[in-house]
Amino acid sequence: MFEGWDAVFLARAQFAFTMSFHIVFPAFSIGLASYLAVLEGLWLWTGRDVFINLFNYWLKIFAIAFGMGVVSGIVMSYQFGTNWSAFSDKVGPVIGPLMAYEVLTAFFLEAGFLGVMLFGLKRVGPRLHFLATLMVAIGTLISAFWILSANSWMQTPAGYAVNADGQFVVASWLHVIFNPSFPYRLVHMVLAAYLTTSLVVGAVGAFHLLRDSHLAGARVMFSMAMWMAAIVAPIQIIAGDQHGLNTLEHQPVKIMAMEGHFQSHKDGAPLILFGLPSQSEGKVNYAIEVPKAGSLILKHSLDAPMTGLDTVPRENWPPVPVVFWSFRIMVGMGLLMVALGLLSLWMRWRGTLYDSRLLHIFAIAMGPAGFVAVLAGWFTTEVGRQPYTVYGLLRTVDSASPLAPPAVASSLIAFAIVYFIVYAAGITYLLRLMAAPPHPGEQGPSGDEPVRAAGITPASAVTGKT
Amino acid sequence: MIDIPVIFAFIIAFAVFVYVVMDGFDLGLGILFPLFPKKDDRDIIMNSVAPVWDGNETWLVLGGGGLMAAFPLAYSVLMPALYTPMIAMLVGLIFRGVAFEFRWRTLRERNRWDIAFAGGSLLATLAQGIALGAILQGVHVEGRHYAGGWWDWLTPFSLLTGISLVAGYGLLGATWLVMKTEGDLRERAYHLSWWLLFAMLAAIGAVSLATPFLSIEYAHRWFSWPGILLTAPVPVAVAAVTALLLRSLAARQDYRPFFLSLALFALSYAGLGISMWPYIVPRSITIWQAAAPRDSQIFMLFGIVVLVPMILAYTAWAYYVFRGKVDPHGGYHS
Ligand code: HDD
Ligand code: HEM
Ligand code: HEM
Repeated sequence: MFEGWDAVFLARAQFAFTMSFHIVFPAFSIGLASYLAVLEGLWLWTGRDVFINLFNYWLKIFAIAFGMGVVSGIVMSYQFGTNWSAFSDKVGPVIGPLMAYEVLTAFFLEAGFLGVMLFGLKRVGPRLHFLATLMVAIGTLISAFWILSANSWMQTPAGYAVNADGQFVVASWLHVIFNPSFPYRLVHMVLAAYLTTSLVVGAVGAFHLLRDSHLAGARVMFSMAMWMAAIVAPIQIIAGDQHGLNTLEHQPVKIMAMEGHFQSHKDGAPLILFGLPSQSEGKVNYAIEVPKAGSLILKHSLDAPMTGLDTVPRENWPPVPVVFWSFRIMVGMGLLMVALGLLSLWMRWRGTLYDSRLLHIFAIAMGPAGFVAVLAGWFTTEVGRQPYTVYGLLRTVDSASPLAPPAVASSLIAFAIVYFIVYAAGITYLLRLMAAPPHPGEQGPSGDEPVRAAGITPASAVTGKT
Repeated sequence: MIDIPVIFAFIIAFAVFVYVVMDGFDLGLGILFPLFPKKDDRDIIMNSVAPVWDGNETWLVLGGGGLMAAFPLAYSVLMPALYTPMIAMLVGLIFRGVAFEFRWRTLRERNRWDIAFAGGSLLATLAQGIALGAILQGVHVEGRHYAGGWWDWLTPFSLLTGISLVAGYGLLGATWLVMKTEGDLRERAYHLSWWLLFAMLAAIGAVSLATPFLSIEYAHRWFSWPGILLTAPVPVAVAAVTALLLRSLAARQDYRPFFLSLALFALSYAGLGISMWPYIVPRSITIWQAAAPRDSQIFMLFGIVVLVPMILAYTAWAYYVFRGKVDPHGGYHS
């Protein structure tokens, strides 16, 4: 079995599969860690119980999401060696140190303080505990910094030379770390994480408001989430636009694929809204397009000429339909998020934020939208980089390990089965926790007794198990 | 000129060693889990490492990531050579890791996650031990690539190292329980420690006997003059530590057995180091051949010198916060 399969294709499938599972959890835990820090800070500052209740409520959810992020992340870091050994040999000297710094500055920080954050409130008191929460939150952001730097270097390599063994070596660390696409990607991804989290929090808040619009915890979380969505979603669109302009400068072929521009346009390219791109025919069938709008968005001028994929040898084309569609899904989600934000502002102004069924149902429907957008965004980015792993320099086919197809196929199957079991269970437990309303005297993962550490929280009436 | 690759060889070895002892007792607890069927005991066992396991596992990420960064050639040869054990280890670590959280989130399926915890720990340990044996016996390299098949790692020797590691981690887990628990649970852990110590000694003996047969170079290193000056102290120290460990178990001490077991690990590890030196892929690639360009290593060295002491400091603090015997009633988890 699998003898006839292409090992490189299987390795790519495995990377895409494991990465897609991984990114879902970091995207959520980066946002949630910051949200938890805000909640605990508000509790320390105002002394209001509702904040510590919400903190404990989301902390349990965080513990599960974080755990799944960790185990899927370890798979990622070893996969470079197992499936992409040629890549590791050649690119290791450049991105290896970046990932080593990620471990040293981020993973240890998160892991070192996580135990105290989850279980230590009673042992260390609220102030030190808040410090631990902050460290975990900062750790997730530092982690995003390094991994996105590594990924961005692969998209827009800079500051390197090539040595006699064919390895990339570093000429300037500053240029490697702050490579041209990195600032854009970092901003876009961190905003994406915050949006993803606020949409989940908003959906959970809305779900409980539908049943009881007076539930204090649900009101607070819903209101916070809607502020976040209303403010961050428009900023994300601006950031995404800037990101796109940067990509046009450094990876124009990717933009051609995103836009479906198979043909060059001398005086103004259209903006193709929808259509069915065909890789083999080299055109977009049934295109619905706005004339000249493509040039307007990307070049800020109606008649600016734009080159198309017809100027690029076919073997250097990325798979256009995937890039084209995933980009539209992401942008569509972004526009819906802005719509949700605007609707919430309007309801807030009318004073019906906590009572509008329409808004609540919309918010619940948008709960998973962040995840969808994040996955679609990464598919645009990664598939649009093909057929290279290091853009323009190292081809994907030259990056893979010298492995027999059955080896890669069996590990792919193993991961598929394991992830299916583990993630199905994990997501069930997460949803179950979210389905329970936040109540006064909420317990963290730390359990048995009410949190009385500093006497700030009154002993609660509810002492049962959570 | 300072020999930076050598420094890095020690740094990576240090990271892997810290991983082995820290995650070693976590995994050991998983291996012993089936021997403690009572729910209350299991809660305590889990809670004794729940706050620290993630930090322990992070050393594995440092070991792997550090290897890629400092010795990319070795990483790119060894990982495909160890393909199956590595995937098995990852799968084991996934099950073991999620069990820490999942177990508390379900009453009905708790048993299932207990099995995941035990099975995952066992699988990961076996895979690590087998990988170790496979590295020692050497891999087939051509040019800058691994050139063997995907079952080359499987030999009687690698199975022996796999089983040995299970015994070793089991010993670490049992002595950890002696240190962290009380009453009946601690009694049973004492009892197990004896058996596991004997198993571990047998394993050390067997691996030591088998290693010289793997290659003439290993035999040469261990038994010929002047190498023997360096190697002879290792077995002597093993004997001394074993004697102390037996005494402290007989005296039913709390802390000593755990730390002496760690010492036993350290000595075995040093023995491995002596066998392998100066190769990173035995008999094919030396640490200098595999080293990343000097600039990459120096860039990392700065970070390591500054950050590792900080990491050790806050890790120590986290252990300090959760010091002492686990309180069965004030459990960390509901
Ligand atoms: C933008 C965010 C982001 C992206 C793109 C990635 N990760 Fe990640 N990763 C995180 C953000 C993150 C995180 C939020 O920091 C996690 C989630 C849970 C955690 O412990 O840290 C994490 C966990 C995590 C861990 C476990 C760390 C631990 O033991 O505590 C590893 C080894 C990796 N990741 C490795 C990778 C690799 C090799 C990636 C790419 C190929 C990658 N991650 C993409
Ligand atoms: C987090 C979201 C990410 C997702 C969803 C994702 C998805 C993908 C997908 C779908 C592919 C396969 C592309 C194809 O076969 O056409 C791929 C390839 C790859 N990605 Fe990512 N990726 C992500 C992030 C990253 C990051 C952060 C890195 C590096 C640190 C990275 C490194 C790679 C490498 C090395 C490949 C090689 C294989 C290939 O290009 O086909 N990716 N990724
Ligand atoms: C509607 C406006 C948006 C625009 C114009 C936009 C633009 C872009 C572009 C051009 C890329 C590809 C960059 C490249 O690889 O060259 C990208 C990637 C990405 N997008 Fe968006 N985006 C938008 C909304 C969103 C939203 C709402 C989210 C998530 C909540 C999101 C998440 C991502 C992610 C995770 C990536 C991959 C990482 C990266 O390259 O930054 N985007 N976006």
